Amino acid sequence: MTALPVIPSAEVRSAVPVLEARGLTLDYAGAAGRHRAVEDVSFDVAAGERLVLLGPSGCGKSSILKALAGFLKPAAGTVHIRGAAIKGPGPDRIVVFQEFDQLLPWKSVRDNVAFPLRVARKVPLREARERADAALVKVGLARALDAYPHTLSGGMKQRAAIARALAAEPDVLLMDEPFAALDALTRRTLQEDLLKLAEEQGFTLVFVTHAIDEAVLVGTRLHLLAAHPGRTIATFETAGLGLAERGTPAFEQVVRDVHDLLFADGARHV
Amino acid sequence: MSDSLASDADLAGAGRRGAGPSTGSRAHDVAGGTPRAQVAGALAALWQITLVRRAVVLASLAALWQVAALWQNNPLLFPTFTDTMSALAEGLRHEDLLPASVASITVLLKGYALAVALALVFVSVAIAVPFAKEVLLTLTAMFNPLPAIALLPLAMLWLGLGEASLLLVMVHAVLWPFALAALTGFEQVPETQRLVGRNYGLRGISYIALILIPAALPSLLSGLKIAWAFAWRTLIAAELVFGVSSRSGGLGWYIYRNRNELLTDKVFAGLVTVILIGLLVEVLFRLVEQRTVRRWGLQR
Repeated sequence: MTALPVIPSAEVRSAVPVLEARGLTLDYAGAAGRHRAVEDVSFDVAAGERLVLLGPSGCGKSSILKALAGFLKPAAGTVHIRGAAIKGPGPDRIVVFQEFDQLLPWKSVRDNVAFPLRVARKVPLREARERADAALVKVGLARALDAYPHTLSGGMKQRAAIARALAAEPDVLLMDEPFAALDALTRRTLQEDLLKLAEEQGFTLVFVTHAIDEAVLVGTRLHLLAAHPGRTIATFETAGLGLAERGTPAFEQVVRDVHDLLFADGARHV
Repeated sequence: MSDSLASDADLAGAGRRGAGPSTGSRAHDVAGGTPRAQVAGALAALWQITLVRRAVVLASLAALWQVAALWQNNPLLFPTFTDTMSALAEGLRHEDLLPASVASITVLLKGYALAVALALVFVSVAIAVPFAKEVLLTLTAMFNPLPAIALLPLAMLWLGLGEASLLLVMVHAVLWPFALAALTGFEQVPETQRLVGRNYGLRGISYIALILIPAALPSLLSGLKIAWAFAWRTLIAAELVFGVSSRSGGLGWYIYRNRNELLTDKVFAGLVTVILIGLLVEVLFRLVEQRTVRRWGLQR
Protein backbone atom coordinates (compact mmCIF):
# COMPACT_ATOMS: atom_id res chain seq x y z
CA MET A 1 0.00 0.00 0.00
CA THR A 2 2.68 2.47 1.00
CA ALA A 3 4.85 1.44 -1.92
CA LEU A 4 2.28 2.73 -4.39
CA PRO A 5 2.62 6.29 -5.68
CA VAL A 6 0.47 8.58 -3.61
CA ILE A 7 -2.35 10.02 -5.72
CA PRO A 8 -5.39 11.63 -4.12
CA SER A 9 -8.25 9.24 -4.68
CA ALA A 10 -10.63 11.99 -5.79
CA GLU A 11 -8.27 12.82 -8.61
CA VAL A 12 -8.19 9.20 -9.74
CA ARG A 13 -11.95 9.06 -9.78
CA SER A 14 -12.34 12.25 -11.79
CA ALA A 15 -9.73 10.99 -14.24
CA VAL A 16 -11.86 7.92 -15.10
CA PRO A 17 -15.29 8.92 -16.44
CA VAL A 18 -18.29 7.06 -15.05
CA LEU A 19 -19.37 6.13 -18.55
CA GLU A 20 -17.29 6.09 -21.68
CA ALA A 21 -18.45 5.33 -25.25
CA ARG A 22 -15.82 5.08 -27.97
CA GLY A 23 -16.70 4.65 -31.66
CA LEU A 24 -19.99 3.07 -30.61
CA THR A 25 -21.69 1.45 -33.60
CA LEU A 26 -24.97 -0.41 -33.21
CA ASP A 27 -26.92 -2.62 -35.61
CA TYR A 28 -30.37 -4.06 -35.25
CA ALA A 29 -31.98 -6.91 -37.14
CA GLY A 30 -34.97 -5.67 -39.12
CA ALA A 31 -37.33 -7.27 -41.62
CA ALA A 32 -34.87 -6.61 -44.45
CA GLY A 33 -31.67 -7.80 -42.80
CA ARG A 34 -29.42 -5.80 -40.51
CA HIS A 35 -29.76 -2.05 -40.24
CA ARG A 36 -27.23 0.38 -38.90
CA ALA A 37 -28.86 2.28 -36.02
CA VAL A 38 -25.86 4.15 -34.68
CA GLU A 39 -22.48 4.87 -36.27
CA ASP A 40 -19.28 5.89 -34.54
CA VAL A 41 -20.61 7.80 -31.55
CA SER A 42 -18.23 8.74 -28.74
CA PHE A 43 -18.80 10.53 -25.44
CA ASP A 44 -17.78 10.57 -21.78
CA VAL A 45 -20.01 11.10 -18.78
CA ALA A 46 -18.25 12.47 -15.71
CA ALA A 47 -19.49 11.92 -12.16
CA GLY A 48 -22.39 14.21 -11.33
CA GLU A 49 -22.89 15.18 -14.95
CA ARG A 50 -26.28 15.03 -16.70
CA LEU A 51 -25.78 14.08 -20.35
CA VAL A 52 -28.79 14.36 -22.65
CA LEU A 53 -28.91 12.40 -25.89
CA LEU A 54 -31.11 14.47 -28.17
CA GLY A 55 -32.27 13.84 -31.72
CA PRO A 56 -35.21 12.99 -34.00
CA SER A 57 -36.70 9.50 -34.09
CA GLY A 58 -34.37 7.12 -35.86
CA CYS A 59 -31.22 8.75 -34.50
CA GLY A 60 -30.57 5.72 -32.31
CA LYS A 61 -30.64 7.59 -28.99
CA SER A 62 -32.63 4.83 -27.28
CA SER A 63 -30.34 2.21 -28.82
CA ILE A 64 -27.33 3.99 -27.34
CA LEU A 65 -29.03 3.92 -23.94
CA LYS A 66 -29.75 0.20 -24.38
CA ALA A 67 -26.07 -0.36 -25.14
CA LEU A 68 -25.09 1.55 -21.99
CA ALA A 69 -27.59 -0.55 -20.02
CA GLY A 70 -26.04 -3.70 -21.49
CA PHE A 71 -29.14 -4.88 -23.35
CA LEU A 72 -27.53 -4.34 -26.77
CA LYS A 73 -24.09 -5.50 -27.91
CA PRO A 74 -22.09 -2.99 -29.99
CA ALA A 75 -21.33 -4.03 -33.58
CA ALA A 76 -18.15 -2.00 -33.20
CA GLY A 77 -16.63 0.30 -30.61
CA THR A 78 -16.69 0.01 -26.84
CA VAL A 79 -18.70 1.09 -23.81
CA HIS A 80 -17.09 1.21 -20.37
CA ILE A 81 -18.38 1.90 -16.87
CA ARG A 82 -15.73 3.14 -14.44
CA GLY A 83 -13.08 1.73 -16.76
CA ALA A 84 -14.60 -1.75 -17.05
CA ALA A 85 -16.11 -2.98 -20.33
CA ILE A 86 -19.91 -3.33 -20.16
CA LYS A 87 -20.72 -6.98 -20.76
CA GLY A 88 -24.40 -7.10 -19.85
CA PRO A 89 -27.14 -5.47 -17.82
CA GLY A 90 -26.47 -4.76 -14.16
CA PRO A 91 -27.82 -2.83 -11.18
CA ASP A 92 -24.96 -0.32 -11.33
CA ARG A 93 -26.91 1.24 -14.25
CA ILE A 94 -30.60 1.41 -13.39
CA VAL A 95 -32.92 2.28 -16.28
CA VAL A 96 -36.12 4.31 -16.06
CA PHE A 97 -38.23 3.49 -19.10
CA GLN A 98 -40.89 5.47 -20.89
CA GLU A 99 -43.51 2.72 -20.51
CA PHE A 100 -45.83 2.88 -17.54
CA ASP A 101 -45.81 -0.92 -17.17
CA GLN A 102 -42.19 -0.86 -15.96
CA LEU A 103 -43.55 -1.18 -12.41
CA LEU A 104 -44.21 -4.81 -11.60
CA PRO A 105 -48.00 -5.02 -11.22
CA TRP A 106 -47.86 -7.83 -8.64
CA LYS A 107 -45.91 -5.76 -6.14
CA SER A 108 -47.06 -2.78 -4.10
CA VAL A 109 -45.34 0.52 -4.86
CA ARG A 110 -43.15 0.05 -1.77
CA ASP A 111 -42.12 -3.47 -2.77
CA ASN A 112 -41.46 -2.34 -6.34
CA VAL A 113 -38.95 0.18 -5.02
CA ALA A 114 -37.49 -2.33 -2.56
CA PHE A 115 -37.18 -4.99 -5.29
CA PRO A 116 -33.81 -3.98 -6.83
CA LEU A 117 -32.38 -3.52 -3.32
CA ARG A 118 -33.53 -7.03 -2.42
CA VAL A 119 -32.35 -8.86 -5.55
CA ALA A 120 -29.32 -6.83 -6.60
CA ARG A 121 -27.94 -5.55 -3.31
CA LYS A 122 -29.23 -8.37 -1.06
CA VAL A 123 -30.54 -5.83 1.46
CA PRO A 124 -32.70 -7.42 4.21
CA LEU A 125 -36.44 -6.98 3.66
CA ARG A 126 -37.11 -4.59 6.53
CA GLU A 127 -34.23 -2.29 5.63
CA ALA A 128 -35.09 -2.42 1.92
CA ARG A 129 -38.65 -1.36 2.71
CA GLU A 130 -37.47 1.47 4.93
CA ARG A 131 -35.18 2.75 2.20
CA ALA A 132 -38.00 2.35 -0.33
CA ASP A 133 -40.32 4.43 1.86
CA ALA A 134 -37.67 7.14 2.17
CA ALA A 135 -37.16 7.24 -1.60
CA LEU A 136 -40.91 7.37 -2.21
CA VAL A 137 -41.33 10.24 0.23
CA LYS A 138 -38.63 12.12 -1.70
CA VAL A 139 -40.54 11.82 -4.98
CA GLY A 140 -43.80 12.84 -3.32
CA LEU A 141 -45.48 9.44 -3.12
CA ALA A 142 -45.73 9.20 0.67
CA ARG A 143 -49.44 8.43 0.41
CA ALA A 144 -49.16 5.65 -2.18
CA LEU A 145 -46.73 3.31 -0.40
CA ASP A 146 -49.15 0.37 -0.17
CA ALA A 147 -50.97 1.01 -3.44
CA TYR A 148 -50.68 -1.38 -6.36
CA PRO A 149 -49.33 0.18 -9.58
CA HIS A 150 -52.59 -0.23 -11.54
CA THR A 151 -54.27 2.23 -9.18
CA LEU A 152 -51.74 5.00 -9.91
CA SER A 153 -51.82 7.71 -12.57
CA GLY A 154 -49.15 7.81 -15.27
CA GLY A 155 -47.24 10.56 -13.49
CA MET A 156 -47.28 8.69 -10.19
CA LYS A 157 -46.03 5.54 -11.92
CA GLN A 158 -43.08 7.45 -13.38
CA ARG A 159 -42.38 8.97 -9.97
CA ALA A 160 -42.35 5.50 -8.45
CA ALA A 161 -39.99 4.29 -11.19
CA ILE A 162 -37.64 7.19 -10.47
CA ALA A 163 -37.79 6.39 -6.74
CA ARG A 164 -36.98 2.76 -7.52
CA ALA A 165 -33.96 3.79 -9.57
CA LEU A 166 -32.70 6.26 -6.94
CA ALA A 167 -33.17 3.84 -4.03
CA ALA A 168 -30.91 1.31 -5.77
CA GLU A 169 -28.09 3.89 -5.65
CA PRO A 170 -26.67 3.08 -9.08
CA ASP A 171 -23.42 4.54 -10.43
CA VAL A 172 -25.46 6.10 -13.19
CA LEU A 173 -29.16 6.58 -13.90
CA LEU A 174 -30.30 5.88 -17.44
CA MET A 175 -33.60 7.49 -18.46
CA ASP A 176 -35.26 6.66 -21.76
CA GLU A 177 -37.81 9.42 -22.49
CA PRO A 178 -39.34 8.94 -19.03
CA PHE A 179 -41.81 11.84 -19.40
CA ALA A 180 -42.75 11.41 -23.07
CA ALA A 181 -46.06 9.67 -22.37
CA LEU A 182 -47.24 12.23 -19.79
CA ASP A 183 -49.48 15.25 -20.26
CA ALA A 184 -47.74 18.63 -20.48
CA LEU A 185 -48.54 19.77 -16.93
CA THR A 186 -47.43 16.53 -15.29
CA ARG A 187 -44.32 16.46 -17.44
CA ARG A 188 -43.39 19.94 -16.27
CA THR A 189 -43.81 19.06 -12.60
CA LEU A 190 -41.77 15.90 -12.97
CA GLN A 191 -38.98 17.74 -14.79
CA GLU A 192 -38.81 20.23 -11.94
CA ASP A 193 -38.82 17.51 -9.30
CA LEU A 194 -36.15 15.54 -11.14
CA LEU A 195 -33.88 18.61 -11.21
CA LYS A 196 -34.44 19.25 -7.51
CA LEU A 197 -33.52 15.63 -6.75
CA ALA A 198 -30.43 15.98 -8.94
CA GLU A 199 -29.34 19.06 -6.99
CA GLU A 200 -29.93 17.30 -3.67
CA GLN A 201 -28.26 14.00 -4.52
CA GLY A 202 -25.92 14.87 -7.38
CA PHE A 203 -26.49 11.63 -9.29
CA THR A 204 -24.95 10.95 -12.67
CA LEU A 205 -27.56 10.81 -15.41
CA VAL A 206 -27.90 9.89 -19.06
CA PHE A 207 -31.25 11.17 -20.31
CA VAL A 208 -32.77 10.46 -23.72
CA THR A 209 -35.37 12.79 -25.20
CA HIS A 210 -36.61 14.24 -28.48
CA ALA A 211 -37.90 17.46 -26.83
CA ILE A 212 -35.40 20.28 -27.18
CA ASP A 213 -36.60 22.40 -24.24
CA GLU A 214 -36.58 19.34 -21.98
CA ALA A 215 -33.01 18.59 -23.09
CA VAL A 216 -31.79 22.11 -22.37
CA LEU A 217 -33.57 22.12 -19.02
CA VAL A 218 -32.46 18.69 -17.76
CA GLY A 219 -28.95 18.38 -19.19
CA THR A 220 -25.67 19.87 -18.11
CA ARG A 221 -24.35 18.72 -21.47
CA LEU A 222 -26.16 17.91 -24.73
CA HIS A 223 -25.14 15.37 -27.30
CA LEU A 224 -27.02 16.03 -30.56
CA LEU A 225 -27.61 13.18 -32.95
CA ALA A 226 -28.74 12.99 -36.59
CA ALA A 227 -30.84 10.12 -37.91
CA HIS A 228 -30.41 7.21 -40.38
CA PRO A 229 -27.99 6.15 -39.11
CA GLY A 230 -27.54 7.88 -35.76
CA ARG A 231 -24.33 9.91 -35.60
CA THR A 232 -23.00 12.84 -33.65
CA ILE A 233 -23.81 16.39 -34.81
CA ALA A 234 -22.44 18.29 -31.86
CA THR A 235 -21.84 18.06 -28.15
CA PHE A 236 -21.72 21.03 -25.80
CA GLU A 237 -22.24 22.19 -22.22
CA THR A 238 -25.40 23.99 -21.16
CA ALA A 239 -24.44 24.34 -17.53
CA GLY A 240 -26.13 27.26 -15.82
CA LEU A 241 -29.44 26.79 -17.64
CA GLY A 242 -31.90 25.31 -15.18
CA LEU A 243 -35.30 25.85 -13.64
CA ALA A 244 -34.66 29.50 -12.85
CA GLU A 245 -33.60 30.27 -16.42
CA ARG A 246 -36.53 28.52 -18.06
CA GLY A 247 -38.30 30.93 -20.44
CA THR A 248 -35.53 33.55 -20.27
CA PRO A 249 -34.06 34.91 -23.55
CA ALA A 250 -30.77 33.09 -22.89
CA PHE A 251 -32.63 29.78 -22.47
CA GLU A 252 -34.73 30.34 -25.59
CA GLN A 253 -31.63 31.27 -27.56
CA VAL A 254 -30.01 27.93 -26.72
CA VAL A 255 -33.25 26.11 -27.66
CA ARG A 256 -33.21 27.93 -31.04
CA ASP A 257 -29.54 27.15 -31.60
CA VAL A 258 -30.08 23.48 -30.84
CA HIS A 259 -33.08 23.46 -33.16
CA ASP A 260 -31.02 24.96 -35.98
CA LEU A 261 -28.19 22.50 -35.43
CA LEU A 262 -30.56 19.52 -35.49
CA PHE A 263 -32.53 20.83 -38.42
CA ALA A 264 -29.65 21.99 -40.59
CA ASP A 265 -28.06 18.57 -40.54
CA GLY A 266 -31.08 16.34 -40.06
CA ALA A 267 -33.17 17.81 -42.89
CA ARG A 268 -30.74 16.66 -45.56
CA HIS A 269 -30.91 13.05 -44.48
CA VAL A 270 -34.57 12.45 -43.71
CA MET B 1 -93.95 -29.69 -18.89
CA SER B 2 -96.76 -27.19 -18.68
CA ASP B 3 -97.85 -28.81 -15.44
CA SER B 4 -94.45 -28.43 -13.89
CA LEU B 5 -94.33 -24.81 -14.96
CA ALA B 6 -97.71 -24.21 -13.44
CA SER B 7 -96.65 -25.87 -10.22
CA ASP B 8 -93.52 -23.77 -10.18
CA ALA B 9 -95.63 -20.66 -10.50
CA ASP B 10 -97.83 -21.92 -7.66
CA LEU B 11 -94.77 -22.55 -5.60
CA ALA B 12 -93.46 -19.07 -6.20
CA GLY B 13 -96.84 -17.72 -5.27
CA ALA B 14 -96.83 -19.78 -2.07
CA GLY B 15 -93.37 -18.46 -1.32
CA ARG B 16 -94.59 -14.92 -1.67
CA ARG B 17 -97.60 -15.61 0.50
CA GLY B 18 -95.37 -17.37 3.01
CA ALA B 19 -93.11 -14.37 3.19
CA GLY B 20 -96.10 -12.18 3.98
CA PRO B 21 -96.37 -12.60 7.75
CA SER B 22 -92.65 -12.28 8.40
CA THR B 23 -92.35 -9.07 6.39
CA GLY B 24 -95.41 -7.88 8.24
CA SER B 25 -93.81 -8.50 11.62
CA ARG B 26 -90.61 -6.76 10.49
CA ALA B 27 -92.70 -3.81 9.36
CA HIS B 28 -94.02 -3.48 12.90
CA ASP B 29 -90.51 -3.21 14.28
CA VAL B 30 -89.80 -0.17 12.16
CA ALA B 31 -90.92 2.91 14.01
CA GLY B 32 -92.87 5.37 11.88
CA GLY B 33 -91.96 6.21 8.27
CA THR B 34 -93.22 4.04 5.46
CA PRO B 35 -92.59 0.48 6.60
CA ARG B 36 -93.70 -1.06 3.34
CA ALA B 37 -91.18 0.99 1.36
CA GLN B 38 -88.43 0.17 3.83
CA VAL B 39 -89.11 -3.55 3.58
CA ALA B 40 -89.13 -3.30 -0.20
CA GLY B 41 -85.81 -1.47 0.00
CA ALA B 42 -84.30 -4.11 2.25
CA LEU B 43 -85.45 -6.89 -0.07
CA ALA B 44 -84.01 -5.05 -3.08
CA ALA B 45 -80.69 -4.68 -1.25
CA LEU B 46 -80.74 -8.40 -0.43
CA TRP B 47 -81.39 -9.18 -4.10
CA GLN B 48 -78.18 -7.32 -5.01
CA ILE B 49 -76.13 -9.99 -3.21
CA THR B 50 -74.99 -12.59 -5.74
CA LEU B 51 -75.10 -15.37 -3.20
CA VAL B 52 -78.75 -14.63 -2.39
CA ARG B 53 -79.72 -14.68 -6.07
CA ARG B 54 -77.86 -17.94 -6.59
CA ALA B 55 -79.50 -19.48 -3.55
CA VAL B 56 -82.92 -18.50 -4.90
CA VAL B 57 -82.11 -20.09 -8.27
CA LEU B 58 -80.88 -23.30 -6.59
CA ALA B 59 -83.89 -23.48 -4.28
CA SER B 60 -86.24 -23.00 -7.22
CA LEU B 61 -84.49 -25.75 -9.18
CA ALA B 62 -84.66 -28.10 -6.20
CA ALA B 63 -88.35 -27.34 -5.75
CA LEU B 64 -89.02 -27.89 -9.45
CA TRP B 65 -87.14 -31.19 -9.30
CA GLN B 66 -89.07 -32.30 -6.21
CA VAL B 67 -92.44 -31.52 -7.76
CA ALA B 68 -91.55 -33.10 -11.11
CA ALA B 69 -90.29 -36.29 -9.42
CA LEU B 70 -93.37 -36.53 -7.18
CA TRP B 71 -95.57 -36.07 -10.20
CA GLN B 72 -93.65 -38.74 -12.15
CA ASN B 73 -93.85 -41.04 -9.11
CA ASN B 74 -91.20 -43.45 -10.40
CA PRO B 75 -88.27 -43.56 -7.93
CA LEU B 76 -86.52 -46.24 -10.00
CA LEU B 77 -86.07 -43.82 -12.89
CA PHE B 78 -86.31 -40.38 -11.28
CA PRO B 79 -85.83 -40.07 -7.51
CA THR B 80 -87.00 -36.94 -5.73
CA PHE B 81 -84.67 -34.20 -4.50
CA THR B 82 -85.15 -35.22 -0.88
CA ASP B 83 -84.46 -38.91 -1.66
CA THR B 84 -81.28 -37.88 -3.46
CA MET B 85 -80.18 -35.74 -0.54
CA SER B 86 -80.76 -38.54 1.96
CA ALA B 87 -78.90 -40.96 -0.34
CA LEU B 88 -76.08 -38.42 -0.46
CA ALA B 89 -76.01 -38.06 3.32
CA GLU B 90 -76.17 -41.82 3.79
CA GLY B 91 -73.46 -42.39 1.17
CA LEU B 92 -71.16 -39.90 2.84
CA ARG B 93 -71.77 -41.33 6.29
CA HIS B 94 -71.93 -45.10 5.85
CA GLU B 95 -71.12 -46.16 2.35
CA ASP B 96 -68.36 -45.74 -0.14
CA LEU B 97 -69.25 -42.33 -1.55
CA LEU B 98 -66.51 -40.61 0.43
CA PRO B 99 -63.79 -43.19 -0.40
CA ALA B 100 -64.94 -43.03 -4.02
CA SER B 101 -64.56 -39.24 -4.02
CA VAL B 102 -61.15 -39.49 -2.39
CA ALA B 103 -60.09 -42.10 -4.95
CA SER B 104 -61.18 -39.88 -7.84
CA ILE B 105 -59.51 -36.78 -6.46
CA THR B 106 -56.29 -38.67 -5.75
CA VAL B 107 -56.04 -39.99 -9.29
CA LEU B 108 -56.97 -36.58 -10.59
CA LEU B 109 -54.26 -34.78 -8.64
CA LYS B 110 -51.66 -37.30 -9.78
CA GLY B 111 -52.55 -36.91 -13.44
CA TYR B 112 -52.95 -33.14 -13.14
CA ALA B 113 -49.58 -32.63 -11.45
CA LEU B 114 -47.83 -34.92 -13.91
CA ALA B 115 -49.35 -33.12 -16.90
CA VAL B 116 -48.65 -29.62 -15.54
CA ALA B 117 -45.01 -30.55 -14.87
CA LEU B 118 -44.68 -32.03 -18.35
CA ALA B 119 -46.30 -28.96 -19.91
CA LEU B 120 -43.88 -26.63 -18.09
CA VAL B 121 -40.92 -28.66 -19.37
CA PHE B 122 -42.31 -28.58 -22.94
CA VAL B 123 -42.98 -24.85 -22.73
CA SER B 124 -39.50 -24.08 -21.34
CA VAL B 125 -37.93 -25.94 -24.25
CA ALA B 126 -40.33 -24.28 -26.70
CA ILE B 127 -39.35 -20.82 -25.45
CA ALA B 128 -35.64 -21.59 -25.74
CA VAL B 129 -35.72 -23.42 -29.10
CA PRO B 130 -37.78 -21.96 -31.98
CA PHE B 131 -38.18 -25.34 -33.68
CA ALA B 132 -39.42 -26.95 -30.46
CA LYS B 133 -42.08 -24.25 -30.30
CA GLU B 134 -43.17 -25.24 -33.82
CA VAL B 135 -43.42 -28.86 -32.68
CA LEU B 136 -45.41 -27.93 -29.58
CA LEU B 137 -47.82 -25.71 -31.52
CA THR B 138 -48.41 -28.46 -34.08
CA LEU B 139 -48.99 -31.10 -31.40
CA THR B 140 -51.33 -28.79 -29.50
CA ALA B 141 -53.32 -28.00 -32.64
CA MET B 142 -53.57 -31.73 -33.41
CA PHE B 143 -54.45 -33.01 -29.96
CA ASN B 144 -56.64 -30.22 -28.62
CA PRO B 145 -59.68 -31.24 -30.70
CA LEU B 146 -59.21 -34.92 -29.77
CA PRO B 147 -61.36 -35.74 -26.71
CA ALA B 148 -59.18 -37.42 -24.12
CA ILE B 149 -61.79 -40.09 -23.49
CA ALA B 150 -61.37 -41.23 -27.12
CA LEU B 151 -57.89 -42.41 -26.16
CA LEU B 152 -59.22 -44.67 -23.40
CA PRO B 153 -59.66 -47.82 -25.55
CA LEU B 154 -56.07 -47.47 -26.74
CA ALA B 155 -54.84 -46.73 -23.22
CA MET B 156 -56.59 -49.88 -21.94
CA LEU B 157 -55.01 -51.90 -24.74
CA TRP B 158 -51.52 -50.63 -23.93
CA LEU B 159 -51.62 -50.25 -20.17
CA GLY B 160 -54.47 -52.50 -19.04
CA LEU B 161 -57.35 -51.80 -16.69
CA GLY B 162 -55.50 -49.76 -14.11
CA GLU B 163 -54.53 -46.37 -12.88
CA ALA B 164 -51.92 -46.01 -15.62
CA SER B 165 -54.66 -45.89 -18.27
CA LEU B 166 -56.53 -43.21 -16.35
CA LEU B 167 -53.34 -41.20 -15.93
CA LEU B 168 -52.62 -41.42 -19.65
CA VAL B 169 -55.99 -39.99 -20.68
CA MET B 170 -55.82 -37.33 -18.01
CA VAL B 171 -52.36 -36.21 -18.98
CA HIS B 172 -53.69 -35.91 -22.52
CA ALA B 173 -56.65 -33.87 -21.27
CA VAL B 174 -54.50 -31.43 -19.28
CA LEU B 175 -51.18 -31.22 -21.13
CA TRP B 176 -52.22 -29.53 -24.39
CA PRO B 177 -54.59 -26.83 -23.18
CA PHE B 178 -52.29 -25.92 -20.28
CA ALA B 179 -49.15 -25.90 -22.43
CA LEU B 180 -50.86 -23.58 -24.90
CA ALA B 181 -52.01 -21.20 -22.14
CA ALA B 182 -48.58 -21.20 -20.48
CA LEU B 183 -46.76 -20.57 -23.77
CA THR B 184 -49.10 -17.68 -24.59
CA GLY B 185 -48.69 -16.30 -21.07
CA PHE B 186 -44.90 -16.33 -21.13
CA GLU B 187 -44.78 -14.83 -24.61
CA GLN B 188 -47.09 -11.98 -23.58
CA VAL B 189 -44.93 -10.79 -20.68
CA PRO B 190 -44.36 -7.09 -21.46
CA GLU B 191 -40.90 -6.33 -22.87
CA THR B 192 -40.37 -3.55 -20.31
CA GLN B 193 -40.86 -5.94 -17.38
CA ARG B 194 -38.38 -8.38 -18.91
CA LEU B 195 -35.85 -5.58 -19.28
CA VAL B 196 -36.48 -4.44 -15.69
CA GLY B 197 -35.71 -7.95 -14.43
CA ARG B 198 -32.53 -8.18 -16.48
CA ASN B 199 -31.55 -4.65 -15.42
CA TYR B 200 -31.39 -5.83 -11.80
CA GLY B 201 -29.14 -8.68 -12.86
CA LEU B 202 -31.74 -11.46 -12.65
CA ARG B 203 -30.97 -14.56 -14.69
CA GLY B 204 -32.06 -18.16 -15.06
CA ILE B 205 -34.28 -19.56 -12.32
CA SER B 206 -34.58 -16.31 -10.34
CA TYR B 207 -35.55 -14.42 -13.52
CA ILE B 208 -38.24 -17.01 -14.27
CA ALA B 209 -39.52 -17.15 -10.68
CA LEU B 210 -39.47 -13.41 -9.90
CA ILE B 211 -40.45 -11.93 -13.27
CA LEU B 212 -41.82 -14.39 -15.84
CA ILE B 213 -44.14 -16.49 -13.66
CA PRO B 214 -45.88 -13.63 -11.82
CA ALA B 215 -46.17 -11.62 -15.05
CA ALA B 216 -47.70 -14.63 -16.84
CA LEU B 217 -49.92 -15.61 -13.91
CA PRO B 218 -53.25 -14.58 -15.49
CA SER B 219 -52.68 -16.97 -18.41
CA LEU B 220 -51.22 -19.66 -16.17
CA LEU B 221 -54.23 -19.56 -13.84
CA SER B 222 -56.78 -19.60 -16.61
CA GLY B 223 -54.88 -22.48 -18.23
CA LEU B 224 -54.91 -24.39 -14.94
CA LYS B 225 -58.64 -23.76 -14.61
CA ILE B 226 -59.50 -24.95 -18.11
CA ALA B 227 -57.21 -27.96 -17.70
CA TRP B 228 -58.82 -28.84 -14.37
CA ALA B 229 -62.29 -28.86 -15.91
CA PHE B 230 -61.11 -31.09 -18.77
CA ALA B 231 -59.38 -33.43 -16.33
CA TRP B 232 -62.38 -33.77 -14.02
CA ARG B 233 -64.81 -34.56 -16.84
CA THR B 234 -62.39 -36.96 -18.48
CA LEU B 235 -61.73 -38.81 -15.23
CA ILE B 236 -65.40 -39.31 -14.35
CA ALA B 237 -66.10 -40.50 -17.91
CA ALA B 238 -63.16 -42.90 -17.83
CA GLU B 239 -64.20 -44.31 -14.45
CA LEU B 240 -67.58 -45.18 -15.94
CA VAL B 241 -65.77 -47.71 -18.11
CA PHE B 242 -63.88 -49.50 -15.39
CA GLY B 243 -63.25 -49.24 -11.69
CA VAL B 244 -59.61 -49.15 -10.79
CA SER B 245 -57.63 -49.81 -7.66
CA SER B 246 -58.30 -52.46 -5.06
CA ARG B 247 -60.20 -50.36 -2.51
CA SER B 248 -62.55 -48.19 -4.44
CA GLY B 249 -63.39 -47.34 -8.00
CA GLY B 250 -63.88 -43.61 -7.94
CA LEU B 251 -67.02 -41.56 -8.45
CA GLY B 252 -67.61 -42.61 -12.04
CA TRP B 253 -67.49 -46.22 -11.05
CA TYR B 254 -69.83 -45.51 -8.08
CA ILE B 255 -72.37 -44.04 -10.48
CA TYR B 256 -72.05 -46.91 -12.95
CA ARG B 257 -72.28 -49.62 -10.28
CA ASN B 258 -75.40 -48.15 -8.67
CA ARG B 259 -77.08 -47.73 -12.04
CA ASN B 260 -76.60 -51.48 -12.63
CA GLU B 261 -78.36 -52.15 -9.34
CA LEU B 262 -81.08 -49.61 -10.22
CA LEU B 263 -80.26 -47.61 -7.08
CA THR B 264 -81.10 -44.46 -8.98
CA ASP B 265 -81.08 -42.19 -5.92
CA LYS B 266 -77.44 -43.16 -5.39
CA VAL B 267 -76.71 -42.47 -9.03
CA PHE B 268 -78.12 -39.00 -8.49
CA ALA B 269 -76.13 -38.64 -5.27
CA GLY B 270 -72.98 -39.52 -7.21
CA LEU B 271 -73.77 -36.93 -9.87
CA VAL B 272 -74.44 -34.29 -7.23
CA THR B 273 -71.06 -35.09 -5.65
CA VAL B 274 -69.33 -34.63 -9.01
CA ILE B 275 -70.99 -31.23 -9.34
CA LEU B 276 -70.20 -30.20 -5.76
CA ILE B 277 -66.51 -31.03 -6.08
CA GLY B 278 -66.43 -29.12 -9.35
CA LEU B 279 -67.98 -26.06 -7.71
CA LEU B 280 -65.62 -26.30 -4.76
CA VAL B 281 -62.57 -26.23 -7.03
CA GLU B 282 -64.09 -23.33 -8.95
CA VAL B 283 -64.41 -21.40 -5.68
CA LEU B 284 -60.78 -22.21 -4.81
CA PHE B 285 -59.62 -20.84 -8.16
CA ARG B 286 -61.70 -17.71 -7.64
CA LEU B 287 -60.13 -17.15 -4.21
CA VAL B 288 -56.65 -17.47 -5.69
CA GLU B 289 -57.59 -15.05 -8.49
CA GLN B 290 -58.94 -12.49 -6.06
CA ARG B 291 -55.78 -12.59 -4.00
CA THR B 292 -53.51 -12.34 -7.05
CA VAL B 293 -54.37 -11.28 -10.57
CA ARG B 294 -57.52 -9.32 -9.69
CA ARG B 295 -55.81 -7.53 -6.83
CA TRP B 296 -52.94 -6.60 -9.14
CA GLY B 297 -55.28 -5.25 -11.80
CA LEU B 298 -54.07 -7.84 -14.31
CA GLN B 299 -57.59 -9.20 -14.68
CA ARG B 300 -60.92 -7.52 -14.22
